[in-house]
Parts: sequence; C-alpha cells; structure tokens
Amino acid sequence: MQPIIEIRGLEKTYASGFQALKGIDLDIRRGEILALLGPNGAGKTTLISIVCGIVRATSGSVTVDGHDIVRDWRAARSLIGLVPQELTTEAFESVWATVSFSRGLFGKPSNPALIERILKDLSLWDKKDTKVMALSGGMKRRVLIAKALSHEPSILFLDEPTAGVDVELRRGMWEMIGRLRDSGVTIILTTHYIEEAEEMADSIGVISGGRIILVEEKAALMEKLGKRLLTLQLQNPLNAIPAELADYPLTLSAGGRELVYRFDTQQERTGIAGLLRKLGDHGINYTNLRTEESSLEEIFVSLVRERA
Amino acid sequence: MNLHAIKAIYVFELARTWRTLFQSIAGPVISTSLYFIVFGTAIGGRFASVEGVSYGAFLVPGLVMMSVLTESVSNASFGIYMPRYSGTIYEVLSAPISAFETVIGYVGAAATKSVILGTLILLTARLFVDFSIGHPFWMVAFLVLTSVAFSLLGFILGIWANGWEKLQIVPMLIVTPLAFLGGSFYSIGMLPPFWQKIALFNPIVYLVSGFRWSFYGAADVPVVLSLAMTALLLAICLAVVWWIFRTGYKLKN
Repeated sequence: MQPIIEIRGLEKTYASGFQALKGIDLDIRRGEILALLGPNGAGKTTLISIVCGIVRATSGSVTVDGHDIVRDWRAARSLIGLVPQELTTEAFESVWATVSFSRGLFGKPSNPALIERILKDLSLWDKKDTKVMALSGGMKRRVLIAKALSHEPSILFLDEPTAGVDVELRRGMWEMIGRLRDSGVTIILTTHYIEEAEEMADSIGVISGGRIILVEEKAALMEKLGKRLLTLQLQNPLNAIPAELADYPLTLSAGGRELVYRFDTQQERTGIAGLLRKLGDHGINYTNLRTEESSLEEIFVSLVRERA
Repeated sequence: MNLHAIKAIYVFELARTWRTLFQSIAGPVISTSLYFIVFGTAIGGRFASVEGVSYGAFLVPGLVMMSVLTESVSNASFGIYMPRYSGTIYEVLSAPISAFETVIGYVGAAATKSVILGTLILLTARLFVDFSIGHPFWMVAFLVLTSVAFSLLGFILGIWANGWEKLQIVPMLIVTPLAFLGGSFYSIGMLPPFWQKIALFNPIVYLVSGFRWSFYGAADVPVVLSLAMTALLLAICLAVVWWIFRTGYKLKN
C-alpha cells in the first residue's frame, strides 16, 4: 500500500544559516502511529511545520496521500490536522467559537453535532462557553486537539501533545489517540517521553541533528537493539569485581549485593552459561537471578549518543 | 475557492467587534460627537459658511472620513497582528486557504466594521447638524473604497509590525496627522497658496475632497482625481499584499 506521507530529500536551511534538516527521507504508513523521537533541536518541529505548510522547504518534496504539498497544497492541507507544541490559543474566544472557527477554516460546513462530540470526548463540553484564556494549560492543550480534529483530518500531527499535562490526563490522551488510530487516522507524534512512544507507537523514528537515524517498527526495534540485563543477587556482597571476571561487562549494584551482566540478545552466544560457570569456579554464590529487557529509553539514548 | 474559510475568518473577526463594542464603535462615535460639539457648535457658530454650506455640515464628511481612515488601519492591523503575536497564525498558514481568501476574510471584516462605523457617525452627526447627501451612490462608493484601501493598509501594517509600538506608531504619526491636514476640518482653498501645493501631496486630501463632493457637490480637487487617487491607493496596497504572500514576508520562514 502506498504510504500516506512520502518525504524525499527534504532539506531546510533557515535565513540565519542554521540547517535544521539535512536530507530527510521518510515514508509514513496509512493508519499507523509514528512516534518521532529526538533531542531538542533535532528538527522534529521543522519537519512537521514543512509538511503542514507553515515553513517552506529549501529543497526536497513531500506528498500527502499523493498530493504534492506545494503544487497541490489545498488538497494536501485539508487532510491534515496539526496540534502545535506551543499553547497558542485565542485568548478572548469561547472554546466553542474557536473550535468551530477551525472547522470553517479548513473548508468544512458547520456541524455542531460533531463539535459537540469532539468536545465531549475531550472532556471540554462543560467549558464550551468559557473563554480560552480562563482554561488551565491541560485544557488549552485539549482545545488545540479539538481544533485539529474539528475538520475530521485523516492525518493528525501531535507536536509533543502531553508536554505539561499531568499523568492522569496523559493516560486519557493516550486512550483518545488510540481510539483515533482505530478509526483510521494516521498519527504522527513527537515526544520527549519515551514512555509515550513505547506505550502507543506502531513505529518509531529517531531524528537527530536534522537526519533520520532510523525508522522501524517498535517491536522489531526493541528486539534488534534491545539489550538484556541479567541480575544476580549475591550471597556475600562484593567490594569489587574480581579480576578474573574483567572480560565480562559486569557492574555491581545495591551496595555490592547485586551483580549485573549486560548481554546482547542478537548474539548467538549470550555468554550466560560461561559466566555462571566462572562464578561457580571462583566461589561466588548467588541466591537469585533475573533478566530484564532494556527500555526504549535506553535504546534511544544509546542511539543518539552513538551518532553524535 | 474556500468559501467556508472566508466566512469563518470574517465572522470570527466581526465577532470581536461585538465583544469590544465600546472600544470599536462607541468610542469613535462619542469622540466624533465631541468634535461636533466643540468645532461644529461652539466654534463653528462663529464661522461663515464654507463652500456654500454651514461649517457644521461641512465638517460631517471630513469627520466621517477621518474616523474611517484611522479605524480601518487600526482594526485591520490589530486583526492580523494579534494571531501573529499569539502564534495562532499557524492555523491560518496550515489551512487550505489561499492568500487571496485570507485577505478577503480579514480585510473584508475590517472594512465592514469601518462602513458600519461611518454610517453610525453620519447618523450621530444628523442629531447635531442638518446636511444632505447629493450623490448617495458616490458617497457609498467612496466610503466602501476608502474603507477597503485603508483596511488593506492596516493589514500590511499588521504584518510588518513586530511590536505593539510599531502597530500604534503608523496610525498615530502618519494616518492621523495626514487626516488632520487632509482637509477634514477645512477647505484646502483656505490655505496660503504655498501650503495648498504642499497639501496636494497628501493623498487624504483627495479622499476627503471626493467624499465631501458626494455630499455637497463642491470639492477642492476634481472628483475624477479623487476617484483615481482612491483606486491608486487600493492598487498599491493590493500589490504589497500580493508581494507579502508571494514571498512569505514575516509569515513563513
């Protein structure tokens, strides 16, 4: 199936000379949730802004559902809803007016029933006549989401949707994003919270220094890059790792009562058997052992560090 | 043509007028009334007639024009500066709406507001002085064209300005003085010959003169020239707006 968004050789150099994007190639599949991870200044927002028509690309092309964003901008833009990172809202308008305005702006006839449903879904219904400036940060964020959804986009960009949103509300938002995905909307979200990507995304893209470092299905990525940890609870605490075990990537934790071994799941030999044998040989006894997979966060940090 | 978008912007902008009713409409109406009381009734009573009409009646077109000019500029500039300032402009930029449609929405709303305001001032003036409108069609034409031209100017100002000061400075230091010196309160013919020549460089002279002609049939400059000047202003503003969107000036990186 044709990707819903195709980005080819996208570059952006700002007037200041700063090169924010250095040749981005990216395909986004229809109906997936893609999480774009990257440190601050990696180019996430610039990338989104170009696709949405807010920033002009220096070179390269973007098509949205087959429509070139420059030549066929009207068709391309009407498919996209954008929730910006900054809480940019009209101050004096009511929630209802500002959300209805967005729908009109995107060329859709008014549909009060739909706006009502969106506001109810986002727990904003009782605030519909409140002026936007009287709302809390989390509510303003939801107003921005309501505005983006008001014109029934088939692609939704969420630029750090849960920044500054409390934990409970974040859960609620994740659920809502999940429901949108189920209804067939393609969702691209940028985030600092790796937890968020891990929880929701189907695919993960990592962007750093204006380049896409990788795009991969989340499960495959975790498997491919994931490191596992073997933690041994020692009978007698150690002060230092014995010299005989220096070949193994070992660390001590919990005040010397735990020995942690890091191994790669991709290698044919994990080295666990050998390690355990050596421990026995040196009279280091353990009472318990457990293994765990590394989180996406650790994968991400190691990736960005590697390329930097 | 994205008619829904034009309507959305237009309605949204006009809604601001109702919300800020006092500032937008009542303010100018009250200050115009004060002009009538001071200039028309108190001082004007001592003047002989100007160009065959009483000074009070002579004042009416000039005062309407002055309010329409300054309010068009400030309304339109505020209308587009506000979303730039607050950042909500992102939505307009990302929407499937062309530059032309955006301008119709914003400028149309500002010009509508000015026409309403001009009409209200005329009605208010009627309470103070008796006047007649000799060429109603041209009166409306001048009112609408001037409102549109200066709303376009305001739109340009709102895009150019990068601070509240700049937004205030142009109406305060350019539009208001030019309107004052543009024959709102007097006939250019009352000036010494040298200043008459200087005054002809002031585009507002032509607008006020044409507008006054539509009331009383007398004008400082030929009415065709007034019409031509209005059209020229309109054309220049349209060209600048076209250039702004063409280049993305201050709107897009």
